Amino acid sequence: MSAIQITGLTKKFKERTAVQPLDLSVNQGEFFSVLGVNGAGKTTIIRMLSCLTEPTSGDATLLGQSIVSNPRAVKEIINVSPQETAVAPRLTVRENLELIARIYGNDRNSAKEKATKVIDSLGLSEVERDKAKTLSGGWQRRLSIAMALISEPKILFLDEPTLGLDVLARRELWSLIEKMKGEVTILLTTHYLEEAEALSDRVGIMVKGELRAVGTVSELNARAGNQKFEDAFVSIATESGVIA
Amino acid sequence: MRAFPFASRNLKELIRDPMMIIFAIGFPVILLLLLSAIHSNAPVSLFAISKLSPGIAVFGLSFISLFSGMLIAKDRCSSFLMRLFASPLSASDYILGYILPLLPVAIIQSVVCFVLSFFLGLSVTANVLLALVVLIPTSVLFIGTGLLMGTLVNDKAVGGIASIIINLSAWLSGTWFNLNLVGSMFKAISDALPFANAVNAARAAISGDYAAIFPSLLWVIGYAVAVLVISIVIFRRKMMNATT
Ligand SMILES: Nc1ncnc2c1ncn2[C@@H]1O[C@H](COP(=O)(O)OP(=O)(O)OP(=O)(O)O)[C@@H](O)[C@H]1O
Ligand SMILES: [Mg+2]
Repeated sequence: MSAIQITGLTKKFKERTAVQPLDLSVNQGEFFSVLGVNGAGKTTIIRMLSCLTEPTSGDATLLGQSIVSNPRAVKEIINVSPQETAVAPRLTVRENLELIARIYGNDRNSAKEKATKVIDSLGLSEVERDKAKTLSGGWQRRLSIAMALISEPKILFLDEPTLGLDVLARRELWSLIEKMKGEVTILLTTHYLEEAEALSDRVGIMVKGELRAVGTVSELNARAGNQKFEDAFVSIATESGVIA
Repeated sequence: MRAFPFASRNLKELIRDPMMIIFAIGFPVILLLLLSAIHSNAPVSLFAISKLSPGIAVFGLSFISLFSGMLIAKDRCSSFLMRLFASPLSASDYILGYILPLLPVAIIQSVVCFVLSFFLGLSVTANVLLALVVLIPTSVLFIGTGLLMGTLVNDKAVGGIASIIINLSAWLSGTWFNLNLVGSMFKAISDALPFANAVNAARAAISGDYAAIFPSLLWVIGYAVAVLVISIVIFRRKMMNATT
């Protein structure tokens, strides 16, 4: 069974079409990256799939639950790391994490345990007791990602998660994601092509709200006739026609 | 109830803001001391403590709209609220989560105001307890106003609009000058708005004029219910289409 089944999903903002009718199926445990230039519609897709914006038309099911008719059930099994860092400023790192764990239905004790686990795996222990607003941008970012992981979602949306992270933190996050691969279905957007290349099972390239090409990195390279993924990306993203 | 961890986060966020302590407690305390000092040098019947302290209590509560509006607007603009909108919290969890922690803040504020008034000559009677109860709809009104502002505009605009509301509630409350002396038009507007009614209801409670409480209190309750219903409807709508 596919974890994410998208059929004809469309989003219009007044006259502007942010996402053209989209069809896509992502398998359980698959790591799928969505690439595209600024304004291509990546965040809008994540917002629709995480029930934050209603689609103009079309639907998607996440593990069988429709985002249109059953958002409550969808919200139980997903979590999101938004493109912008989203933390509670006057709570400490640990309080932020425990808050999210409790909102997703954990009692006090299991929220504590899960927070400890996530703090360890994301290397947050040295700032555990610091208020979020006193952290540097990159550390806030790590916390924001940790808050998406703590609920142990079945489907995880990461919208440009490594934006603003230093090289070490980015590597750490990659290896953490590697460990989740196969268990958690992950949909990630990024502007770092090497990130998509290193982690993805499949990649989709969006151009002006339309998913132009989908495939493994080597399939896309072959399709565009390029050796380097960056060149393949550029040639697909700047092509005017639709690839069959 | 998932509203409780969220409510407890909001309470922490509020009480860890030093500005909130200064405005919520410091400002009414200073005004009370100042005006009763003026009264003791040059007696004005309006500034007699039994009339003054309910007026200052209502004035203090008007700041609650600033706190609740700021909290909500900041959550919305920082995309923290968007992250929560993707969680299983329901609309009523948010509403309760934002309103509940502000009620004790409001009540503590009024208690401080009345306890200080005891030292300034207010008689210690059960009527003061009644006044505390009579002030609850006023608290709800200002909390609801904050919810409405925080849902509609950003945190900078909340500051501006809240200061208009705080000023209106001061000028049209009958605390600082006798509304009858300004003109019939002014008096009619003040009577139609909730602020003078809130002060009159609390003054009636303090003076033991129980029959006079209800006509004024009903105005306040009417406004409180209307503002709350409108803000809940708008909040729910925003939740379905979260944009920062
Ligand atoms: N709330 C909104 N109202 C109007 N237009 C919007 C809204 N949100 C997004 N858009 C438009 O939809 C299009 C897609 O935006 P989106 O944020 O999905 O792009 P993106 O691929 O995530 O870009 P980036 O790489 O810059 O994050 C853009 O043209 C944007 O202006
Ligand atoms: Mg984006």
